[in-house]
Amino acid sequence: MAIRPLLSRTLGLTQTLTHSHSHSHTLTQLRGLQTFSLPDLSYDYGALEPAISGEIMQLHHQKHHQAYITNYNKALEQLEDALAKGDSSSVVKLQSAIKFNGGGHINHSVFWKNLTPVSEGGGEPPHGSLGWAIDTNFGSMEALVQKISAEGAALQGSGWVWLGLDKVSKKLVVDTTANQDPLVTKGANLVPLLGIDVWEHAYYLQYKNVRPDYLKNIWKVINWKYASHVYEKECP
Amino acid sequence: MSQETLEYHWGKHHRGYVDNLNKQIIGTELDEMPLEDIIITTYNKGDILPPFNNAAQIWNHDFFWESMKPGGGGKPFGELLQLIERDFGSFEKFVEEFRSAASTQFGSGWAWLAYKANRLDVGNAENPRPSDEDKKLVVVKSPNAVNPLVWDYSPLLTIDVWEHAYYLDFQIRRPDYISIFMEKLVSWEAVSSRLEIAKAQATEREEEEKRKQGEKEVGNSDNEAVKMYVDSKSDDSEAE
Repeated sequence: MAIRPLLSRTLGLTQTLTHSHSHSHTLTQLRGLQTFSLPDLSYDYGALEPAISGEIMQLHHQKHHQAYITNYNKALEQLEDALAKGDSSSVVKLQSAIKFNGGGHINHSVFWKNLTPVSEGGGEPPHGSLGWAIDTNFGSMEALVQKISAEGAALQGSGWVWLGLDKVSKKLVVDTTANQDPLVTKGANLVPLLGIDVWEHAYYLQYKNVRPDYLKNIWKVINWKYASHVYEKECP
Repeated sequence: MSQETLEYHWGKHHRGYVDNLNKQIIGTELDEMPLEDIIITTYNKGDILPPFNNAAQIWNHDFFWESMKPGGGGKPFGELLQLIERDFGSFEKFVEEFRSAASTQFGSGWAWLAYKANRLDVGNAENPRPSDEDKKLVVVKSPNAVNPLVWDYSPLLTIDVWEHAYYLDFQIRRPDYISIFMEKLVSWEAVSSRLEIAKAQATEREEEEKRKQGEKEVGNSDNEAVKMYVDSKSDDSEAE
């Protein structure tokens, strides 16, 4: 996880020390801004082939996701600064950068866990309560896969297609979000079980314009164990 | 811009939009309409109808190919350069703004140089005479398939910033793609001739509106004359 370089960063906060403390307590008094860092994949870049090429996995992880994190951290720093100064105009202006880049970080962090090599169970359908819930909500696994693939293919521009759980109603839903909007923007109670990135960067080098083929093949490396794990946590 | 990119971008993406729109509009009233009318109609004031994405993307890509030429780049000339300098301060400042719009269009979309002819609709008041300064060049960006036609602007130049436009050649490096576009691909001749057309259209529209305004005023004074006859009783009684 991230090493927080508190010492090397200038935190532009005014300290209001209500009690007198020695300098050794100073660091614990300061509110440190959490910085985010790129999560590791639990598999090699090439491990998802032929469904997703190693070239794509490396670019997607090391360049795209990293860029979202870098820009998210930057926006948060600027936000902290604006909040401290009471600069409301800047606070509001920063919201879109936080949404884009924070959303990008959230979504990709889920995505890497949604994928796993065939040798680790990629593509194996969920057993247990999630499998049962899928049959109940959608009729069958095949119907669910069809629905997600169709909605993913039909999405105009950039975005994501999701299998989500409404943690209040306990219903499963399929939905899409635009750009890097996280699933929660479609419903405050929605928890993502599975997300598929349909931005062109997710498939272009391998599948070019044929997004439907990407959506057909990705099922071979979907990590249903993770989706089940999230589901069971919310629906014990 | 590599041959491979063009083969996919033009041969698959653009062609796909054409094929799909044809399928969508066959047998509908849209089938008879010119493309620009289809775009405006299906934009539906922002409540986009299904054919919009295909129709607008066809138009956008036509416009994009014609915005480029082999051996392009360099600087604009003549009246276009004058207006750029007037409305942006300098060519360099325009390039800066255009690059910024292109690189900050999040997700899929387009960046544009457009000619905006202000048409002030002030309701019951008499239309003020629009001065030339109201007609200006602007840089705008748009998401997905949206283009400046829906805002009643006249597009002059565009760059496609959907990932498919640059991913094979540049991957994540959109700024490099934008640079190459400006330095090696832009056809300033195309932009200039579009500007001429846009200005002519704006003038034509102005004159059309003046004419309509004039007709309305004549119509008003006719009504007053009729009212006079109806109110006067003297003629009637004399006739009898």
